[in-house]
Amino acid sequence: MKIRHIALSAAALLLAGAAQSVEFKQVDTARSSLAFSSKQMGVPVPGSFKKFTTQIAFDPAKPTAASTTLEIDLASIDAGSKDANDEVVGKQWFNVKAFPTARFVSSGVKALGGNRYEALGKMTIKGQTRDIVAPFTFKQDGANGVFDGGFVLKRMDFNIGEGPWADVSAVANEIEIKFHVVAAPAAAAKK
Amino acid sequence: MSSYTQRYSGPAIAAHWLIAFLILAAFPLGLYMHELPLSPNKLKLYSYHKWIGMTVLLLFVPRLLWRLTHTPPKALPMPAWQHRIAEGTHHLLYLLMFLVPLSGWLMSSAKGFQVVYFGVLPIPDLIGKSEELGDLLKEVHEVLNWVLFGLIGLHVAGALKHHIIDRDSTLRRMLPFGK
Repeated sequence: MKIRHIALSAAALLLAGAAQSVEFKQVDTARSSLAFSSKQMGVPVPGSFKKFTTQIAFDPAKPTAASTTLEIDLASIDAGSKDANDEVVGKQWFNVKAFPTARFVSSGVKALGGNRYEALGKMTIKGQTRDIVAPFTFKQDGANGVFDGGFVLKRMDFNIGEGPWADVSAVANEIEIKFHVVAAPAAAAKK
Repeated sequence: MSSYTQRYSGPAIAAHWLIAFLILAAFPLGLYMHELPLSPNKLKLYSYHKWIGMTVLLLFVPRLLWRLTHTPPKALPMPAWQHRIAEGTHHLLYLLMFLVPLSGWLMSSAKGFQVVYFGVLPIPDLIGKSEELGDLLKEVHEVLNWVLFGLIGLHVAGALKHHIIDRDSTLRRMLPFGK
């Protein structure tokens, strides 16, 4: 047990030293989160998606080779209240019966300097695909890589909120998306 | 003609009718809006209701200060028990003028919706989001409103009784354009 402990610590130290060539791949879903904030009559209302899966391959030494996909189970939404949760899965909003998942597939990652990066890619929600640019930061927390970022999604680009809900004076068009992803290095997971 | 014919002061009359008007707008709006299915219209009506309520709360402060620093006209002659009821009603009306919007503000925070005055000025949440507290405050807000409604009824009935039956100046001296 003790030896194992020491070996693990040594491995962690080695990993930290070799950070430049580590690829972060194993997403820790329990410690990752996908949150958003809508504005209703000027009131910021926080929400989140409880279920999503994401694949990441990110090596800080070769950020341009990074890739990610994200799949969101739209029915897992918490939009701030029971009424809202019942409403947003319906036809005028996400229409989860016909479109149960939202999908983001990256086409590239740009290094912006320091620990700042930008993921480019295509977001598909409710049958609509749009280009998205999502700035994020990357930092190492122990052996894990932590990605924090966000972008503004215009809900009307995806027909999220049709009919009377198209009224952006009640629910603003701009939805702030925030993601927090914790991923372990691929090598550590294999060991 | 002594203090019996004295009118209420201008600020007292203005605050009385302005707050009366706001309460009588917010009350039916509250009754109507909470039955509506979720819609942009509902979100708007809720916001208007909250803005009206916060305005009442805001006006309550100078009104109370004015009342505490100015002596209102002397009560007209009436049986002692009627005078006691009138006074008690006035005190409770002041209390509820404060408690009703306050309970609405707290309820909104507990339900997870911050009050943003006129859609631009965020009013701080005094309590955090909590479903149980939100449900409780909803009950409290509702009960307090019905008590307020009853007291307003009593207050109006008293004023009309003085005006129509006693034919005294109780009501006239609170009217904005009377003499």
